[in-house]
Amino acid sequence: MNSGFLRRFRRNYGAVAGVFVLLLVGCGALAAPWLCSHDPWALVQLPFVPPGTHADLLLGSDALGRDVASGLLYGARVSVLIGLVATTMALLLGVGLGAVAGYYGGWVDTLLMRFTELFQAIPGFAFAIVLVAIFQPSVQSIVCAIALVSWPPVARLVRGEFLSLREREFVAAAQLSGLSSIRIIFTHILPNAVPPIVVMGSMMVASSILLESALSFLGLGDPELMSWGYMVGAARTALRQAWWVAVFPGLAIMLTVLSLNLVGEGLADGLNTRIDGRMR
Amino acid sequence: MNKLGFLARRLQQGATMLLVIAVINFILIRMAPGDPAMVMAGEAGAGDEQFLQQLRERFDLDRPLPAQLGSYIGHLLRGDLGISYRQQAPVLDLILERLPATLLLTGSAFVLSLASGVAIGVWASSKVGTWKDSAVSFLATLFYATPLYWLALLAVLVFALWLPWFPPLGYQSVGMGYSGMAHVLDVAHHLVLPTLVLAMFYMAIYARMTRAAMLEVAGQDFVKTARAKGLTPGRVLRAHVLRNALMPVVTMAGLQAGAMVGGAVLIETVFAWPGIGRLLFEALAQRDYSLLLGTFLFTAALAVIFNIVTDLVYTLVDPRIEMP
Repeated sequence: MNSGFLRRFRRNYGAVAGVFVLLLVGCGALAAPWLCSHDPWALVQLPFVPPGTHADLLLGSDALGRDVASGLLYGARVSVLIGLVATTMALLLGVGLGAVAGYYGGWVDTLLMRFTELFQAIPGFAFAIVLVAIFQPSVQSIVCAIALVSWPPVARLVRGEFLSLREREFVAAAQLSGLSSIRIIFTHILPNAVPPIVVMGSMMVASSILLESALSFLGLGDPELMSWGYMVGAARTALRQAWWVAVFPGLAIMLTVLSLNLVGEGLADGLNTRIDGRMR
Repeated sequence: MNKLGFLARRLQQGATMLLVIAVINFILIRMAPGDPAMVMAGEAGAGDEQFLQQLRERFDLDRPLPAQLGSYIGHLLRGDLGISYRQQAPVLDLILERLPATLLLTGSAFVLSLASGVAIGVWASSKVGTWKDSAVSFLATLFYATPLYWLALLAVLVFALWLPWFPPLGYQSVGMGYSGMAHVLDVAHHLVLPTLVLAMFYMAIYARMTRAAMLEVAGQDFVKTARAKGLTPGRVLRAHVLRNALMPVVTMAGLQAGAMVGGAVLIETVFAWPGIGRLLFEALAQRDYSLLLGTFLFTAALAVIFNIVTDLVYTLVDPRIEMP
């Protein structure tokens, strides 16, 4: 099964390219302090140094003379961190609710799904803005806000999987042998529902990164941390003088998000699972 | 169930949804750090003791929580979303003033993205396996990954600053005093870039979905039957394949229409488009929580309304659906 997965994954060239880009982003995030000598906030040069004209500033400097390349590397940390943590939280919430709803069915299912639909009907981006604004921007509030607006599709997906899996014979066998419901949910059904969850998870990291960057762009980023969205936002006022300050961080976001989506598609090929486009 | 019953049911669901969102709004004000009156007044109004006292009386903030909630909902039902201290005006008035600009922007972007997305998806599905199909898929994946606000900045940079084809921001030319047709053309000229950028992301989604749905439906038995009984390929495509393939796309469009109002926050901010999204950004920048929460509630209401409208369209596309 494992070699089959790799074979199918490898056949998807986009996904393989995506893995390489993500490795690059990951390494950049980890090695940021060693790759660039200065702090992303430090004013190291004159403002508006174009890229490629100064040996020390590969991607130029911004309106305050900060190193754009350094911002990109440190910004990768924020994107990766928030993307992963927010997705993990959303998955925990969504899988928990979806599993309970799908396994028990009946009024529990009706109640939980009404709750899910309700959350799905709230415009996610506006909700995230309000949450972060009320609780003040910080990594914690941003992560919680993103998780809170992203879990409903997971719950619906997991519920669907559980609804069909619970009718299978191995579940009946487990029930007859007297196992507890919790045990059946976690050790019998959930492992069978993992492939679509993994695929959705990889795409959710992508949407979390997009959401975080949009919040930072609006000035709702963690004020302590340099992030890609903040860089684009700060570049807005001097767009005419210094296009590069806005262009590079945006490219970084686009490439990272694109790679995550491509890897998600590769995983779907490899795991032989299809997520309905409308779930996203 | 007939269509009217269906509509009544959806309206009732929508009303429940709005009620719950109102409760969430209420909880958010209470959960925010600090005195609720100060939160509602915002940073600017917090120093004005007289205004704070007025707010406390208006929203019964000295009474127990359930009474406060009742009072809050009561005010909402009467169309009172609170007062913006900063702008010295009722929140609802501020929102209604901005509503037309937002409806114009999201409406045109919605129509453009759905029409072009479906057209591109149908075209790509007819070219499946060729480089044209691959190019469409690649571009759709690319636009799906592009941050909207960044695309907006690029559009301003290229089509307003480098090539001065379109105005970089605003809703109309200032001080020109256009009227009649000239005014319409002027607004349309300002509308082009924001609409294109907002539509691009959604177009990518609809193109991908339409393509996938077309291919799926085209492989089904009833399509073979339609071909076998001698219908022209064009008629099979339009009357049989497209009509069925459209359904998941319409569902998606309904869900996305609400999200589009959220996306408009970014677009309106970049283009200084005087809509509700821009208002939300201003509220944010000025820490005007009354205005922020009022705008949020209104946005959610718009999303619910769009969803109901799509459901109605859905019953037109697929007469089988008369809803559970």
